[in-house]
Amino acid sequence: MVLTPEKQFKAWVKPLAFIAALIPVAVMTIGLLMDKLGANPIEAITRDTGEWALRFLLLTLAITPLRKLTGQPAWIRLRRMLGLFAFFYACLHLMTYIWLDQFFDWAEIWNDILERPFITVGMLTFLMLIPLAVTSTKSMMRRLKKRWMLLHKLVYFAAPAAVLHFWWMKDSKADISEPLIYTVILVFLLGYRVVVWMQKQDFSIEEKVLRSPQNSN
Amino acid sequence: MLIKKQSTIEIRPSEITPESVYQKRRDFLRNSIGIGLAGVTAAAFPPLFAKPDLKLDKLAKSKFSIDEKLTDFEDITTYNNFTELGSGKSVPARHADDLKTEPWSVTIAGECEKPGKLTLEDFIKPHALEERIYRLRCVEGWSMVIPWVGFSLADALKRFQPTSKAKYVAFETIFDPENLRGQRRKTLDWPYVEGLRIDEAMHPLALLAVGLYGKVLPNQNGAPLRLVVPWKYGFKSIKSIVKISFTEKEPPATWNIAQPSEYGFYSNVNPAVSHPRWSQKRERRIGEFRKRKTLPFNGYGDQVATLYSGMDLKKYF
Repeated sequence: MVLTPEKQFKAWVKPLAFIAALIPVAVMTIGLLMDKLGANPIEAITRDTGEWALRFLLLTLAITPLRKLTGQPAWIRLRRMLGLFAFFYACLHLMTYIWLDQFFDWAEIWNDILERPFITVGMLTFLMLIPLAVTSTKSMMRRLKKRWMLLHKLVYFAAPAAVLHFWWMKDSKADISEPLIYTVILVFLLGYRVVVWMQKQDFSIEEKVLRSPQNSN
Repeated sequence: MLIKKQSTIEIRPSEITPESVYQKRRDFLRNSIGIGLAGVTAAAFPPLFAKPDLKLDKLAKSKFSIDEKLTDFEDITTYNNFTELGSGKSVPARHADDLKTEPWSVTIAGECEKPGKLTLEDFIKPHALEERIYRLRCVEGWSMVIPWVGFSLADALKRFQPTSKAKYVAFETIFDPENLRGQRRKTLDWPYVEGLRIDEAMHPLALLAVGLYGKVLPNQNGAPLRLVVPWKYGFKSIKSIVKISFTEKEPPATWNIAQPSEYGFYSNVNPAVSHPRWSQKRERRIGEFRKRKTLPFNGYGDQVATLYSGMDLKKYF
């Protein structure tokens, strides 16, 4: 019996993706336990957890274009999981900063938030991700209805904020190729939506024109 | 240059060298019988530089050494900022062979009586090498304790008889984009240049290093000749020097050109002046878990603070 794409996603694509999404944290943990993260392991963990949070956030945004471009709606089954992994890695990233880096020095952390724009933006990004994670369940979707769609538009602010956080952290450092790559991907993912939206506008205008009495024979 | 206080305890490097490293050095010694450990004499230099792993034996101990636990050799030689060899801390060690240190010469220019171009050998020959254990504080917020091998910068500079016009000393790193992949990208204004005020350069703590941990300097640490100014952020301690000039005006410094709001000409270690993107109050000593407090002038205030008396260090950061 051939499984439908929907069932295939449920049966093995999603479980596989789940395991794959845990690989980075597994690699980091093993690296930490075996002392393979280099001379400054805390810096390595901070960097890696942050980058994976950003990657999962962009992967989440890639689902809609992927559905349309491949004509395969089943991709949607991965979206919530990817978004929650973005939140998971963002939590690890924040915990690394608060615990391993600053060691719960709240005064210093508050000072960082106030004085250092890249940390301010990083914190704002995290704050935006919280309601998205909290309202990701089916019951919350049902309860919020149309407002759920509106609320989850927050991701369009969170993703650019995450990329900006990376830029400002890297700012004036010799090598800017990494934030540049993420920016290009982000521009593509958001640009795709803008193009789709504009086409819709055109289409609806055309429809109106076509339906107008002057054009009817 | 007034040295107010010496806070040093006589301690042999062997007493603080991590056991594993010390053992490796022992093994090395055992294996190198026959190569001829002639010690650090002028005659011994060519073979020493031909064999980058040779141990520099019989080093004089310095009264300027500190008595803190040494950072592991492994960490010192695999966690580097040396963009010429690639960006990322572990990358320079991987591309270390890109840096060609033979032949090597040092050009002396500018306001001095005896300018010229010297082979590395001739540049080093007159000096007795000594081991100096210094703290190194990177502007990024981490630090190490490194047993450098080298000689006083002041002693070297005096040989070229700077004139009264020599108010500053400018340094330049090798420019070799054919071999150094980092210089093929315009991430910084190559070649890397740095500078010191003449009284800073003449301070007895300023060191020209040719080795660390009793070995010839690994390429990723700035072979074959680098500056070590322990009271300033690490990027002032320019690596792989090919040119030293005496100047009347303040010379350019690479990071200062790249981002003047973040990196000043002086760049003395100062916990009271934050980097715009992070605090400089504390630092992570490589190998330690909790951060430790950063000391003014990286703990060398007793020796160097007088160089800056009357200066507003928040303005001249």
